[in-house]
This record gives sequence, C-alpha cells and structure tokens, in this order.
Amino acid sequence: MAKTINVKTSQANFNKKFARRSLLLLIGQITVIGVLSWRMRKLQIEDSERYRLLAEENRVNIRILPSQRGLIFDKTGNLLANNKQNYKIVIIREEAGDVEKVLADLSKLIPISKKKQLLIKEDIKKFRAFVPVTVVEEISWDQFAKVAANLPSLPGLIPQVGFTRSYLEDNAMAHIIGYVGPISKKDKERLSSSNPLFQIPKFQIGKTGIERELNSDLMGTSGVSRNEVNARGRIMRELARDEAKTGQDIQITINTDLQKFSMARMKGLSASAVVIEIENGDILAMSSTPSFNPNSLVNGISNTDWSNLLNDIKRPLSNKSVSDAYPPGSLFKMIVAVTALEKELISEDDEINCNGLYETSASKHHCWLSSGHGNINLEKALKRSCDVYFYEIARRAGINAIAKTAKAFGLSSTFDLPVSAVSRGLMPDREWKKSNFGQRWLLGDTLNAGIGQGYILTTPMQIAIMTTRIATGKKIIPRLINAKGGKIIPLTNPVPLGFKNSTLLKIRDGMDAAVNDADGTAYKSRITNPKFKLAGKTGTAQVRRITAEERENGVTKNEDLPWQKRDHALFTGYAPTKNPKYAISVIVEHGGGGSAVAAPIARDIILYALYGKLPSLSAYPKDQHSEIQLRLEELKTFDNKDTKGNKSAPLETQT
Amino acid sequence: MISSKNPYHEIPNGFRKLFYLNWPVLLLVITTANFGFLILYSVADGNLKPWAQPQIIRFIIGVFVIFIFSFININFWKKVSFYTYLLSLLLLVLVLYFGVSGGGAQRWLDLKFITLQPSELVKISLIMLLAAYYDWLKPERTSHMFWVALPAIIILVPSLLVIIQPDLGTGLLITFIGISTMFLAGVSWWYFVAIFGLIPGMVTTIWISRGKSWQFLTNYQYRRIDTFLDPSLDPLGSGYHITQSKIALGSGGFTGRGFMQGTQSQLDFLPRNHTDFIFTTLAEEFGFLGAISLLMIYGLIIIFSMVSAITNKSRFGYLLTAGLTMNFFSYFAINIAMVMGLAPVVGVPLPLISYGGSAMLVLLAGFGLMQSAHVHRIRHKY
Repeated sequence: MAKTINVKTSQANFNKKFARRSLLLLIGQITVIGVLSWRMRKLQIEDSERYRLLAEENRVNIRILPSQRGLIFDKTGNLLANNKQNYKIVIIREEAGDVEKVLADLSKLIPISKKKQLLIKEDIKKFRAFVPVTVVEEISWDQFAKVAANLPSLPGLIPQVGFTRSYLEDNAMAHIIGYVGPISKKDKERLSSSNPLFQIPKFQIGKTGIERELNSDLMGTSGVSRNEVNARGRIMRELARDEAKTGQDIQITINTDLQKFSMARMKGLSASAVVIEIENGDILAMSSTPSFNPNSLVNGISNTDWSNLLNDIKRPLSNKSVSDAYPPGSLFKMIVAVTALEKELISEDDEINCNGLYETSASKHHCWLSSGHGNINLEKALKRSCDVYFYEIARRAGINAIAKTAKAFGLSSTFDLPVSAVSRGLMPDREWKKSNFGQRWLLGDTLNAGIGQGYILTTPMQIAIMTTRIATGKKIIPRLINAKGGKIIPLTNPVPLGFKNSTLLKIRDGMDAAVNDADGTAYKSRITNPKFKLAGKTGTAQVRRITAEERENGVTKNEDLPWQKRDHALFTGYAPTKNPKYAISVIVEHGGGGSAVAAPIARDIILYALYGKLPSLSAYPKDQHSEIQLRLEELKTFDNKDTKGNKSAPLETQT
Repeated sequence: MISSKNPYHEIPNGFRKLFYLNWPVLLLVITTANFGFLILYSVADGNLKPWAQPQIIRFIIGVFVIFIFSFININFWKKVSFYTYLLSLLLLVLVLYFGVSGGGAQRWLDLKFITLQPSELVKISLIMLLAAYYDWLKPERTSHMFWVALPAIIILVPSLLVIIQPDLGTGLLITFIGISTMFLAGVSWWYFVAIFGLIPGMVTTIWISRGKSWQFLTNYQYRRIDTFLDPSLDPLGSGYHITQSKIALGSGGFTGRGFMQGTQSQLDFLPRNHTDFIFTTLAEEFGFLGAISLLMIYGLIIIFSMVSAITNKSRFGYLLTAGLTMNFFSYFAINIAMVMGLAPVVGVPLPLISYGGSAMLVLLAGFGLMQSAHVHRIRHKY
C-alpha cells in the first residue's frame, strides 16, 4: 500500500486554487450564518412581544361560564319565571370507545328510539372526539339517577344539569314577562355585542316583555374559566376561574290572581284590561287576550304554531294594553270637559241644546242619540255621553288647549314602562296636522276630537292613567317594577296636576252619575255594595265612517257587520267613589257598545280587586244576580293550574 | 502498511492516530448532539422515551463509527468510492419499487434493523466519488468540456432518481452539493456563471408549466411554494407549519421560556417538533441565546472542518472534507432558514439534533470520513 506521493508544481498551483475556492465558500457559509443570526434577532428580540402575544392566544382558551338568569316574582312573592333544571346526558366520543355499544346500553336504561340513536351518532361525528355532545335532555330525575348509578358500565357518558327558563303562569303573564330565546344576529347588533355571554352559542336572552327590557339586569355577568389547551383545542388544565354572577331577581307589581282573573274574564275576546292601584300607580293587572304560552316558545315552537300566532287577526302576540292604540271615543270627553272648565268656557250649570245634530258651515256632526238630548248641562252630558254638548265645548276650547290637557293626563306618553313595543298613541294638534299632512286644522277635526274620534289614538294603559289622575288630581306614574335585586324601587312623590279641584270634582260627579244614575250609560254595571261604588265612563269607538245613506235608511246593526268593522267597546272607571283605590280601563276590540260589553267586564275585574277574591253577589244589583251567579260560577275555575291538562296544546285557541 | 520513513509523509500508526484526530470538530459534534438529547427529552414532556434514549444509543454507535472510519486509511475510501456510489444508486432504484411512503413520496428503505433513506447516503457517496474523480483527473483537464460533463452526469443521475420519488427539495440539494464540490475542485468560473444564468429560465419554465399537462412539479409542491411565499394564505393548512414555528421562535424572546417551559412545543402547536421542526423548540425554550449558541457551534464546526480541508495536501482528502462540510452546512442552513420562514418547508433535518436514525448515522459516518482524511493527511516533518 505504501506509495510515495509526488508533489508537483502544477499540484501546488492547484492547491492554491483550492485554498482560494474553499475560502470563498467559507466566506459564503459564514455570510449565510450571519443572515440566519440576523433573522433570529429580528424574530426573537425585535418582534418577540408580538409573537409572545400570539403564543398566548394559541395557548389559552377562554371558556365563558354562563350566569344564571334572575328570577321574576309577582307583588306577593309568587314565582313567575324560574330556571328549571334540565337533566341531560352527554357523551364524549374518545372516552366512550365503542359509541354504538354505549348507546345501546344507555337505551336499556332510558328508552331511545333507533331513529334518535342514528341522529345522535351523526351528531357525534360532527364534533371532535373530546367535545361533549348531548344524547338526551329533559329526562326525569329517576332516569337521571339511574344513569348516574350505572356510570361505571357506561364509559364516556356524563350526566349534566343545565337550566331552562320556565314560566309558571303560562299564558296569563306572557305579554308582561315575555320570553327568552337564543340570541340572534339582530339581538347582537341591538345590544352591541361586547358582552362575553353573547358569544355562548344559543345563549338565551329576553326576546320580549320584561325579559327583554330588563335583560341586562336579569342576565347577570359571565364567569370566565381560562384553560390551557393544546393545538387540537383539548383542555389540558384550568389556569384561573372567575365564577359567574347570577342575575338580579325582579319583582313586579302585578297581582297574579287579579291578572289571571281578568284574563279569564275576557277569554275568547280580543280585549285588554289595565288595573292601576291609584295611591302609587302600581300596575296590578295588565291583561291582553288572546295570549300565548311563552314556554312553548322557549322550548321551540313548530312553524305552523308560530305562523298561526302571527296570522291570527286577534293578534295574540301583541300586548294590547300598551302596544295597540285605539280611538278613545267618549272616554276622551273628560279631557274636553276639563279643558272647558279650566278655561271657564262653560260653567257646570250652563246648558247646551242637543237636537241630535251639530251643523257647521262645512259639515254635519251627529249625536249618537239621533233624537237629541234636549237642553243638557255638564253632568248630564257626561252621564248620558251627549256628543253635541262636547262638539260645542270642544269648539270653544280649540284643539291645542285640548291636546295640552290630554298630555297632562298622560295621553301620548309611554311612561318608560319596561315592556316591549310601548305605543305613544297620538294626540294631534294644529302643528301636527300641518307637518304630517301639510293641511290646515279644520273645525271638523276639532269636533271629531271632542268625542275622541278622528286622529286621536290612546292605549288602554294611557286611559287607565288618565282615570287615575282624574281620581287623584295628581300626576301618578304607572309602576311595573317593584323591586330589583331585592331592593324596592322607591316611589316618587306625585306632584299635583295643577287643575282646579272644583274642575276635577265636577268630572268625578259626572263619572259617578254615568254609573250610578238610572239614566247613566253604565247604570247596568253599577256596584250596589255602598263601600265599593264605581264611577266611570263608557265609550264606543267607531272604526268606520257611517255614511249619509246609512243614516237615511237606519244604521247597520253592529252585530251584522264583519268583525273587523264593528265598534270598539271601551270603559274606564275607578272605585270606590269615596277614597278611590283602583282605576281600570277596558277595551274590547270590535266588541260593540261600551256600556253593554266593556263596562260589565270592568265591574267584575275591579270588584275582584276590591274583594281580593271572587266578588260576592251582594255587590251586584239584585235583578242581575241570576245572570252574574252563572258567570261567577264559570269563572271559579279561572285558575288554569286546575285545568292544566291541556299542556300538549300550549297555545290558547281563540274565539 | 504506511511507511513513516518518508520524510514528506508522516502518518501516525495504530492508536497513535487518536492523537491526530480533529478533536475540536469531534468535541463540537458531541456537544451539539447533547444539546439535541436535552431537547428530545423536553419534547417528550421530560421523558427519555420515546426519543431521547434511542437517539443517545444511536449516537454512541455513531461515535464508534467515527472512530472506526477515522482509523481506516484514506486511500481505502478513495478506492471504494466508485462502489459506494453504485450501491447508493442501486438503493435509490430499489426505494422506488420497495420504498416505504412518507409525506407523499417513496423515501425509505426498510432494512428490518434500520430504515434507511438512500437519498442521505447518496450525498456522501457522491462527494466521495467526485473527490476521487478530481484526484484522478489531471489538474489541467479540470475545466475541459468533456471532463466537466462526466461529473455532471455523476451528479444528475442520483439527483433525478430522488426527484422522481418525488422529493424535489432533496434532489435539488444533491445537485447543489455536487456542483459545490465541482466548484471546490477548481472548475472554471464560466460554467457556474452559465448555470446561474440558466436558473431564472428554469424557474420561469417550472412556474409556467403549472396547471398544464406537462407540469414539472406536483400540485402539492406548488402549494408548498405558494405558502412559503405567503404563509397567511393558509394559516391552518400548509402555512400552519411556518406560522406556528415563527410564533414559537419569536415567543422565546432573548432568554427563552426555560427548559421544558415552551408552551408552543409542549402543547403540540408545532408539528414534527422532534424532527424537522426541533429547532423551534430549542429556540422557544432557550431563546435567542440558545439559538445563536447552536448556530455558533455549527459555525465553528464549519470553520474547523474547512481549515482541515484547506490544510490537506491530498486532493482527495481536501475535496472530501470540503464537500462533506458543505453537505453538513446545507443541512443546518436550510433547516434553520425553513423554520424561520426564509426557505420553503422541505424535509431536511437539523443535523445532530433532529430525531432520526439513519440520517444521524450517515452524518456521523461523514464526520468519520473527514476524520480519516484529517488523520491521514500529508504532514511535513520539521
């Protein structure tokens, strides 16, 4: 092997060349190392902060812990809305191993149909192996306990307790309390979606009523659980935990029994009743029929049921007490009378002749009694609801003065009630007509307004407050929330309205006479118990124009008209006449005459409030006893707790 | 046996060879490997298994290989170079038919006791053959057209065999290493100028061919290049590697998060963090200081090896050492550039650190050859 290697000159030259080339390459290599170091410096020193933040986002997964919704109680502390425990079983695929076998074993304990099992299996496939997927929910405690006891032989199954909102009074409070539902894109926009709770899929928020308006109080604040996760999102360990805070409990002023009684009393009608406690403005009842069952909306409603609710001409989803505005009809005459008295355009004894017709140069205006009332003063005009008298004093007062009085009594006000879709109604004046129609206000418009027709629209709530203010002379404000988070909302001391006492007395006398004088429009609906005497005013609001031709040939009877064209029946009143306690406002949509339809309903409801239970027969006139007894007998079962057998048909059927 | 009487040729005998080893390089290699064990231990959540322990065993075997190779006379390696080259080509052909798939390409040969990646082996045997070729070739002929074409074929055959696996990255790398060796051998500049002139044309052709029936690369490879140019295109798909590895690297900061504290690596955000992306774990846990230290160690290995090459009077020894150094350099430079988002994601391990049996053994065998060249170089007696 030994060989001598000769070193030649050419070789030496080449060795020099080699050295040059390798040096060049070495310089190149060191340059590359320099570039790599420079890049390293940029990543690890210059941009380190940014990458550390990104790494933190990678690593920490923030899980939002939902808060429990606050409860809702009525004035006496009865629970109205609570969070029902929802027992469910979830499955974690990777822990279950053989999903099929686990489901088969589970179905021996809880019946699960083959079809449902297939659906569950499909559901499980959609998620990653460690995500819990609901297998069954709303199961009974017994079934839940059975599964829990057998867990060792059911790998991957976890019994869990969730919460579902539940409304204990079903239909009776639906419009006031409203209901909750999964948050929608629109909700997020409305609520400016910064709250972390809104990121929970299908997070339940208030959709209507108090649930919606006081959602931020009820909802509570979310908790946070910070977890370290790996690249596949699996939680490795919990780093920190902030528990969620339960929402505030809300106590409302509604008297559940009275509310339910009024709902039962108006069953089958498209109607609304509002009862106000005069002393403090507490809303004791705010009912609207027909209604719906909020529980069916929480648990998911079928499309047909939902479209039935939407398309029903009696609008079960609408809270008629505050959301719908109607012409007040004769109920508005009190406002006109107050305006005229205050301005001394008339004295209580001044008489106006009514011959059934009031003519101006431009138009003819009829009294509801075409034969006329003859010479009539204020008290009689209110009692018998003479239209001509009010045409005349409305003309004297002018629309702007009337509108001013109306606003003082709360008409066209929303009162900031925490319920959905509160309507302002409409109290027109000259400027309103000019800016909305570009037309001059006409005398005819004033005359129409004088009897509560024309442009004027009021809600039953506004009318109830008007009556409350007539009965007290003070600016009573309706109150729906009694306490929030255990703290009573303080009452504001009502200020006087600023009308003369004598004015208000004359109005009250007129309302007293309308109910208690034999020729009053609501005489049939008087209360005979002297302690509880009722004062009030009937109203019948036209929803159509009576043509001249009709007047010739006799006005078509209300009952002969299609439902939507019939008159609205209205009544408002307070009781007792001495030291009034409750004010009431009733409207029966397309119900006919106020005295025949609305007044008897109002009497029954206000009597229930006065008695605190079903009224005794002695409160009613003797000649009505047999008829009343039948009705009260029927209403004895109004408490739908006794007739809850119809759970499967949660929607109240109409008519 | 080698005579020690020749005044120009002082070759140590027997165990005396130990004293003539290139010790700085050997010690730096051992240091680097230990760095690697530490990281493999950390990646396995503080366990020797499944990675650190087999890696240590393989490394110990590999160090023995270094010693054995370095004791074998350099002339032996020169003689066998042609046969090792043929063997490598045979393995490359075999892998096309009997290979085990990995990452969409047939790359591995399962030899029962070890899975071998012939493309690793061919890099070394190619350098050996080229070194022997230029040792044999008369220096005046180095830049002659015919004598340039011959090594070009020697380079292109294995390169193409790797490219059709398909493994474009490694194939191009083999070509690059071969060309570098030719450059070191003193082939005229003009050839290299011409090649660099051709590259833009080739790149354009490859790009134009995309979507056509005659496209050069697979769609997968085009996508890889797309995401290299803009990782944000596909942050959860193929851009995921680059994005996540930059996050891990950057979040390490100056001093790092501490041994076994790297959240990104420990929580599996990094794919392949024990093989090709192991550098990110190191950089996250030991920070800029750790990363730059490793780079410096690599740099020192390069410098010591190149000094050994330049001072080697034998043409074979010189070219073998310099070529293998270039090979080693290409491993770590490409791997680190890749994890820092400077190069596309190709399957190149971080030398001496990434987990992997055959790559480590082949690499250490290369160091053994370098040591053999170092031990048996011509020394003048003073």
